[in-house]
Amino acid sequence: MDFDLMITSFPKLLGATVVTLKLLSASLFFGLFLGLFFAILRLNKNIVINKFAYGYSYIFRGTPLLVQIFIIYFGLGQIEYLRTTFLWVILKEPYWCAIIAFTLNTGAYTSEILRSAFQTIKPGIIEAGKSLGISNKIIFYKIQIPIAIRQSLPAYGNEIILMMKGTSLASTVTLMDLTGVAKYIISTTFKPIEVFIVAGGIYLFMTFIIHNVIKYLEKKYSFQQ
Amino acid sequence: MELLAFGKTGWGDELFYATLMTVAVSITAMLVGFFFALIFTPLKLSKYKTLNLVGNFYTTVIRGVPELLVIYLFFFGGSGAIMYVASIFGYYEYIEINAFITGSMAIGIISGAYSTEVFRGAIQSIDKGQFEAAKVLGINKFGQFYKIIFPQMLRLAIPNLSNVWQITLKDTSLISVTGLVEIMRQSYIAAGSTRDPLFFYSFAAVLYLLLTYVSMKLINKLELRYSRGY
Repeated sequence: MDFDLMITSFPKLLGATVVTLKLLSASLFFGLFLGLFFAILRLNKNIVINKFAYGYSYIFRGTPLLVQIFIIYFGLGQIEYLRTTFLWVILKEPYWCAIIAFTLNTGAYTSEILRSAFQTIKPGIIEAGKSLGISNKIIFYKIQIPIAIRQSLPAYGNEIILMMKGTSLASTVTLMDLTGVAKYIISTTFKPIEVFIVAGGIYLFMTFIIHNVIKYLEKKYSFQQ
Repeated sequence: MELLAFGKTGWGDELFYATLMTVAVSITAMLVGFFFALIFTPLKLSKYKTLNLVGNFYTTVIRGVPELLVIYLFFFGGSGAIMYVASIFGYYEYIEINAFITGSMAIGIISGAYSTEVFRGAIQSIDKGQFEAAKVLGINKFGQFYKIIFPQMLRLAIPNLSNVWQITLKDTSLISVTGLVEIMRQSYIAAGSTRDPLFFYSFAAVLYLLLTYVSMKLINKLELRYSRGY
């Protein structure tokens, strides 16, 4: 055990954790809206819209995240037309490509989580709202969404943890996130176990925090018995 | 389309073999995972606190750390660890383990953590009366597990195991960083030499979709088979 290496690599890895957290928060933020949008499309009765939303979630859940990042980072740059538009400013940056890929990926999973949450809401609750003369819009915003958020908290907590692990793939498109820096230190020192313990410890600490925050929220928003 | 031709002019046959490689790694990893689950599920269900701790440590660490980091640990640390073990037995030559073994071990350990959780959940949701009835009938411990608990557990576990299979299948794409020529690596090579990454990565996505689709169909059949009588 090389404890000196563990101590000297800790600040470097902690610095890289900031990149990981930035990637995670940005993609979760955008992904939540995307997920909500597609979940609403899934509930639409129009079969074309419905199938479109299903296709989106099927494709992004059925392929590895690595493929998605590679298509966006390496693939889209190949289209000549894209290079002339303003989109190229975003797409030439690996940072934004990673965020786009993560957002699309987490959006697909989130849409499934929210859809099933919407579908488990008892019809009686919506009917009660209707019979009280509440408009459909208010039923949706004030009744369905709060219940759906509460229902989906445990599953969404898992999704946050999966996404946090997913951000490690940013290291494959030259970003120096926690895994990227860990790999760099391993390949220069050839001390994989020490670096794994430190980097893995940081990841576990983040998992622990996320897990407990979700648990707290679940308790806070639990239904009154 | 000529990019996908079989033979020397296209990448069709290379990608075909790469797909077989992905399937082979996934299956091996899944089996390695079952092996780990077989060890750690009893530990998690044990009444001894120390054994519980060992089981929980395994599943928590593996499920809380990115797959890529575990793969790097195996990739850079694998031969070192084997050489250390070999040196105890007096063998000091350099040993290189091939990418297939490293990869399926790394993915297997990850998949094992998920399988352990699935088996634990399945065993815990079997009615307590089943254990008691088996005991009362005087069936020995081995028979209790293999003839009564295991078949019931399998039925409950299959839907969740199909999720584990999907995760494992997708995780194998990460082994491409170690140089094993599976779908991702082959697409990377093809994309590099033809300068057509969009096509090859999209094609890789299609291959993965195909694999997940086919395996879903097969697992659904299996699920039906094991839920006979329900």
